[in-house]
Amino acid sequence: MLRFVLRRLLEMIPVLWVIVTATFFMIRFVPGGPFTAEKAVTPEVLRNLEAHYGLDKPLHRQYLDYLGNLLQGDLGPSFKYANRTVNEIIADKLPTSLELGLWSLAVALTVGLTLGVLAAIRRNTWLDYLCSSVAMTGISVPTFVLGPLLVLFFAIHLGWFNASGWYGPADRVLPAATLGCVYAAYVARLTRGGMLEVLGQDFIRTARAKGASEVRVVFRHALRGGLLPVVSFLGPAIAGILTGSFVIETIFQIPGLGREFVNSAFNRDYTLVLGTVILYAALIIVLNLVVDVVQVWLNPKLKFE
Amino acid sequence: MLKPTSLPAAAPVELEAGHSPWGDAWRRLRKNRLAVAGAIVLLILGFLCAFGPLFAQSYQEQNLDLGATPPSADHWLGTDTLGRDLFARILYGGRISILVGLVATFVALAIGVVYGAVAGFFGGKIDSVMMRLVDIMYALPFTIFVILLMVFFGRNIVLLFVAIGAVEWLTMARIVRGQILTIKKMEFIEAARSLGFGKRRIIFRHMIPNVLGPIIVYTTLTIPAVMLLEAFLSFLGLGVQPPMSSWGVLIKDGAEKMEEFWWLLVFPGTVFSLSLFSLNFVGDGLRDALDVRSAKD
Repeated sequence: MLRFVLRRLLEMIPVLWVIVTATFFMIRFVPGGPFTAEKAVTPEVLRNLEAHYGLDKPLHRQYLDYLGNLLQGDLGPSFKYANRTVNEIIADKLPTSLELGLWSLAVALTVGLTLGVLAAIRRNTWLDYLCSSVAMTGISVPTFVLGPLLVLFFAIHLGWFNASGWYGPADRVLPAATLGCVYAAYVARLTRGGMLEVLGQDFIRTARAKGASEVRVVFRHALRGGLLPVVSFLGPAIAGILTGSFVIETIFQIPGLGREFVNSAFNRDYTLVLGTVILYAALIIVLNLVVDVVQVWLNPKLKFE
Repeated sequence: MLKPTSLPAAAPVELEAGHSPWGDAWRRLRKNRLAVAGAIVLLILGFLCAFGPLFAQSYQEQNLDLGATPPSADHWLGTDTLGRDLFARILYGGRISILVGLVATFVALAIGVVYGAVAGFFGGKIDSVMMRLVDIMYALPFTIFVILLMVFFGRNIVLLFVAIGAVEWLTMARIVRGQILTIKKMEFIEAARSLGFGKRRIIFRHMIPNVLGPIIVYTTLTIPAVMLLEAFLSFLGLGVQPPMSSWGVLIKDGAEKMEEFWWLLVFPGTVFSLSLFSLNFVGDGLRDALDVRSAKD
């Protein structure tokens, strides 16, 4: 297993290098720079600014400098926020986004697993249809529709929550519910499917024949196998929750990294764009690796290849 | 039972009832009430978006004196802050959303099918390199790249098609490859090969028609995913640009003004969700009808 993890981590290096290179050059070949939008910048000031950030050097030189700094963990200074480095901005904003992501994942798993298991053990009853319809609704109503609707109803109409902001614990409820709901729906469908398949197998009949209670059959015997499709979905789900946070953070005015990323792209803040892209890519790759390990751990039939 | 070779025959009419796989699938699909309801909703929506604007008020026609009004007899779904009829705007927006959905799905379909078929057909080293590439790309934050592309290279609708299509082909490639690997070992391919047919002919004439089932199912499920991505981008201000509008743009506008004018959010949101809902039901129905099990792998 250690070899598997190490090999995957080593594979990450070329992938990240390709991402860095592609993003770096893509940004540079685009018209407009970080300082073109600002008014009243005289050519002289512009030259000084460019010299300060090293933008006057030849492109390949800048690229090599960037790679060199990156290897030392330095993502460079932000072009838009004077006197702040990308590392500082990320350290400042990432925890918020991670917290949002974790809450959403918690919502997705609790709601999704409950609905899925209920639907599976009461197959083809009204409960199953209800759970399945709720899940389908969750899949079909996108976050950027659900979020504003929840705000409209719970914040503006009922006044239970703040419409936006990220201060107290109550401010976590609506964003996490919005982002978690979509994935809860997928989790519910996958759980139902997985559970139904496992519940039809011989070892479940054996367990029942041996007099195991229904609760024991479901939770001890079936759930482990039934969860496999859910676990393999977690990789895409995590990536989706990370990118989904762009929209959620915009809707709810949450000071997280997602909103910062979208703004930085608009602002042509080269270093901040690169820094966030690298971070997101690394996060997604590492989390996918974790998911793969958990999958093998849950299913002895799989092996680390 | 018919042999899989006769699957591509488009007219199973002369066959005895109940023997054609496509006929069976069609019968199963018709029994699935949710899928039928979804298909009807889609037909109505499609029809309205295609022909409705011919009769409705122009979506650009402004009436600043009128301003935003709630739903009324004159304007069924109300008007926006510039006095434009929301119903007309939803129909026009639908044209763009549906167009993006279809074109980008077609791009994804074309890339995915060819890539998957080639990898599956040649197998061995070529296959493992090609699929490893897909695995790696799966792990990449593609949405982020689409966002960057749209920001940097202007928000051009053709680019939108290509960018979304380029993201969504990966799963299609995997599915097609898996199916081709199974079919490759069947006798009728062996027969085609021993008849001396070329590789291209075997892939396109004999193999791809036999993986049509999963392709159809996954295509139906890709359309809502693509429409969702378009709306996501438009919501961030990166998709379709004014004066054109799409459902995503309308939802974005509605979300900004919902405190005063709830209908601007609720109606576009409902229509958009309803069409995704229907597409998903039709896709699911097709999956059950065509008995495609691994479409989600």
